[in-house]
Amino acid sequence: MATTVHEPPKIDLDRLPSQGSGNGGWRNLTPANGDLRQLKDSSPPPASTGIWVGLAAITMSFAAFTSALIVRQGAAQDWRHFTLPPVLYLNTLVIVASSVTLELARRQIAAFMGGLRDEGTDKAQAANPARWLYITLFLGLLFVAGQTFAWMQLKSQGFGLATNVSYSFFYVLTVAHAFHVFGGLGGLVRVIVKLNKSVLRRSTLVATSRYWHFMGVLWLYLLLLLWMKL
Amino acid sequence: MHDMSAHAVHHGAPTSFIRKHVFSLDHKVIGKQYYALALVAALLGMFLSWLMRIHLGFGSFAIPGLHLLSSTGAPGNVMTPEYYLQLMTMHGTIMVFFVLTTAPFAAFGNFFLPIQTGAEDMPFPHFNMMSFWVTFAAFLPIVASFFLSDGPTLGGWTQYAPLSAIGSAGGPGEGLGVVLWATSIGLFCIGQLLGSLNFITTTLDMRCKGMSLMRLPLTAWAWFLTSVMGLAAFAVLMPATILLILDHVAGTSFFVASNLVINDHLLPHSGGSTLLWQHLFWFFGHPEVYIAIVPGMGIVSHILITNMRRPMLSHRVLLYSMAALVVLSYMVYGHHMFVSGMNPVSSLAFSFPTLVITIPSTIIVLIWLGSLYGSKLRINSASLFSLGFVSMFISGGVSGFFLAQPSIDIMLHATYFVVGHFHLVMGVAAMFGIFAGTYFWFPKMTGRMMNETLGKVHFWMSFVGAYCIFMPFHYLGIAGNVRRYQAFTDDYLIPLIPVHKFITVAALFTGVAQLIFLYNLIHSRFKGEIAPNDNPWQGTSLEWSTATPPPHNNFGDKMPVVYHDPYQYSVEGASTDYIMQTSPENVHSPDEEK
Amino acid sequence: MAKLLAVTIVVIAIASAIPIVAHMWPMPQDISTHGHLIDEQYADTMLEAGISFLASQLLLAFFIWKFSNPKPGDKVKSFPGGAAGLVIAAFLLVGTECLALGVFGAKAWASVYFTPPAADAVPVQVQAGQFAFYFRYPGPDGTFGPLHADQINEANANFYGLDTTHDQDSKDDIVTAEMAIPVNREIHLLMHSKDVGHSFYVPELRVQQDFVPGLDVALHFTATKVGKYEIVCTQLCGLGHYNMKAYLEVKSQEDYDSWIKQQAALQ
Repeated sequence: MATTVHEPPKIDLDRLPSQGSGNGGWRNLTPANGDLRQLKDSSPPPASTGIWVGLAAITMSFAAFTSALIVRQGAAQDWRHFTLPPVLYLNTLVIVASSVTLELARRQIAAFMGGLRDEGTDKAQAANPARWLYITLFLGLLFVAGQTFAWMQLKSQGFGLATNVSYSFFYVLTVAHAFHVFGGLGGLVRVIVKLNKSVLRRSTLVATSRYWHFMGVLWLYLLLLLWMKL
Repeated sequence: MHDMSAHAVHHGAPTSFIRKHVFSLDHKVIGKQYYALALVAALLGMFLSWLMRIHLGFGSFAIPGLHLLSSTGAPGNVMTPEYYLQLMTMHGTIMVFFVLTTAPFAAFGNFFLPIQTGAEDMPFPHFNMMSFWVTFAAFLPIVASFFLSDGPTLGGWTQYAPLSAIGSAGGPGEGLGVVLWATSIGLFCIGQLLGSLNFITTTLDMRCKGMSLMRLPLTAWAWFLTSVMGLAAFAVLMPATILLILDHVAGTSFFVASNLVINDHLLPHSGGSTLLWQHLFWFFGHPEVYIAIVPGMGIVSHILITNMRRPMLSHRVLLYSMAALVVLSYMVYGHHMFVSGMNPVSSLAFSFPTLVITIPSTIIVLIWLGSLYGSKLRINSASLFSLGFVSMFISGGVSGFFLAQPSIDIMLHATYFVVGHFHLVMGVAAMFGIFAGTYFWFPKMTGRMMNETLGKVHFWMSFVGAYCIFMPFHYLGIAGNVRRYQAFTDDYLIPLIPVHKFITVAALFTGVAQLIFLYNLIHSRFKGEIAPNDNPWQGTSLEWSTATPPPHNNFGDKMPVVYHDPYQYSVEGASTDYIMQTSPENVHSPDEEK
Repeated sequence: MAKLLAVTIVVIAIASAIPIVAHMWPMPQDISTHGHLIDEQYADTMLEAGISFLASQLLLAFFIWKFSNPKPGDKVKSFPGGAAGLVIAAFLLVGTECLALGVFGAKAWASVYFTPPAADAVPVQVQAGQFAFYFRYPGPDGTFGPLHADQINEANANFYGLDTTHDQDSKDDIVTAEMAIPVNREIHLLMHSKDVGHSFYVPELRVQQDFVPGLDVALHFTATKVGKYEIVCTQLCGLGHYNMKAYLEVKSQEDYDSWIKQQAALQ
């Protein structure tokens, strides 16, 4: 495994983190002039392609759960609607905030690693580049805690997994999502560890961020689905 | 210079035994591990099929020693009705998942995809290692279920609800047996998803200099297309297994309707949808059978090209047809549910893409046939099994024509006609693809040749034997012989029993052939004739340019550079009848990609 | 060896076709009014499938015979017309076949599923449960009484869970273990599952339909020939699946009427 001191990556100033990951997985298929002998050496970092693959799989799984919900709801008259625990809306704010803090973290790391010198930010540069990552991690944990609170609240009111099929789906969807958020938390920890050891690759950070943002988007979708259907 | 290998996780060659052979990050070792798992699974699955066939052909026959496998399942060595179903369920589950998805895709694909794309390894070796061990872990609950007191689940590999969801009220094995089954399959899905992740990123991002997508061999494309299919398919099956487990252990009612009564007891479930399970399962299940066959199509094409000394009549058309199969495979799944009680309009709707999928399948067969024309065909074990694949795929494909039509399906659904159809395409053709790949790539993987004489004996016995087994299945089905019956007691089925006896004899004969293959495999591994060189078949793709077996990082010090299309055989003006992809020789066929 | 393979393929192809052509194990006789549409569809498909099967296997064999064991000077040749011709052939031949079979097949399917039952169809209910079929006739009042799942009692032969004390409509319902129907009269079959998935298959009637627990399915058909046939379960339902069957007797109207009277007396 590489243990060299991390060199600052060559940052393309025209391509800040917000503008996508770089070469992209699709642009090296065949060169525009058709001469394959001139094929470039560079290729998209696999982590960028890989995360899209992973997100596609997760999307399909939640699509399966969604269609199960829709079919099951239509199959019988036993669906008992209920109001979503209000804490869910708070948790929504938390997870959205965590995406914001993650983006702040990425800019801070880019600044730290790429030597973007700006007079006014010298002070910021001296700060720990992982600071906003820690905040994101904390918000993620807060989200999971909030979800747990929602589950415990329902449980204490006597609404368990098998109480009614509407609750079954509520638990299945939110637990499945939280499970994947845990994975995201693991990814964030990995990024923090690598950053502190100065071996963080840009593609790793990009992939992890994509995953984390997807968790937020997925949650918004699930909230909407649950709010509409439950 | 921005080197490709900077992206590969540089893992140096392992030194410890554990790192080399057990928890290895090397895609080649992982590929061999998958092959070993598939081999064990295939032997177990085949053994189960012998037990089933002996029981079906000679019902009251006491199989010596069977009571040792299960004293409740086979008292006095005669199989009980439930034990037959349990063995049948295990046979189907083991074969479909642990053999037909594992060997052509995970085993050969892991070994050869990175080599054929010109990479040092896959981009996520840890995930790759995890994918094998998760798949291995998935095998354990299946094996464990044999040792349950009431045996493994008996609901068929399709595990239709509500039988699969109501617990032990449904019968022996339907309690913990189903939970173990669902756990196994859920884990299997995760393993395959991790595999797909690596296959897709390898194909898209880890190609060496000069290796454009159109220069990838057909095997690489087949593995890529398969992994894309697997992504959506396995990602849907896993949630389904979770919901099934919840119906078992958590008192939910996803799949179990209200007011169901077994043994005069009202079941506690309510409101569940029987058809929901079928929709979820077959959305996975249909692409799954293409996952089983597409790698075989790639492997067989690859082997035929090498042994015909010419590329396919049209490489692109073959490729586009395989891609069309992949896309269409998601639109046809309802043909498993024509008479399920789903809206009959839906049945008609599904039948159209099912008929349309005949078109790319036919094009693929015609391309194979058209490429044989005017070729310089070499006969060896690998090419024999490849040609056998073509014959079997034609036979199995043709019976699909009947099943694609709902009105005819009224007669043939759930009969031996269906069983014949899927055994020909999966149980035989896909297996032939695995055999062909084994004979073909054995020298590269081990440095030794397999015994050709034994290979040919294996082929002849298997080819003739398999037809003797599965062709009659179609006649039985037409006559109305229902499937999943452990004995034939109905008036109209009794006259068909002699056919079953014939099939059983053929099955045992064909089984012996597989033992010959097993012997050949193991003996050649240690005592086989040393391969004459790194490229015994005079192939063109990158695997033939590596050392034998390939070193840890596949290509040694120098990553390959590719100058040619994958199948430059018999090119006018070339010095030999094949131009390797890495050859700097500046001769090109007229239709080569420039 | 290539020539041996070619010959073997030809032999196998022809041997496979013989049982079909010689009707060695034919489809059971058709005793239904709609079955001829299915049988025509089947015959058309068999012809096309049979020709495709034989043609491709023979072509495969022929090419293996002709183009194997090449001599050193042989050159590789391209199939005349190249891939384009084959693709066009596939689209035209297979495409039109598929279209034809799909469109015409829809007619056969529609005759079973898209036509409503006749007004004077004989209503019969069938209940499938591990591991037997039970049939119910509505009796003189023409209505089926409601089902009470919690009152099902096999020991007392109350297979349907009828409450004859409280439900007026159930009093004259007739429950039997065998199905009898009058010939040449449309039957309106109501299918109900007691427990798990089952299926109702009578090959001669050209009928196969799954029971769906939680969803009652209706089917209608007309039998044209008096006789005794078997109803078999075709959806794996447990260890007794292989044995789960009932007899269907198609009787003349008079015989059916007296049978119903007999069965009513036995309730």
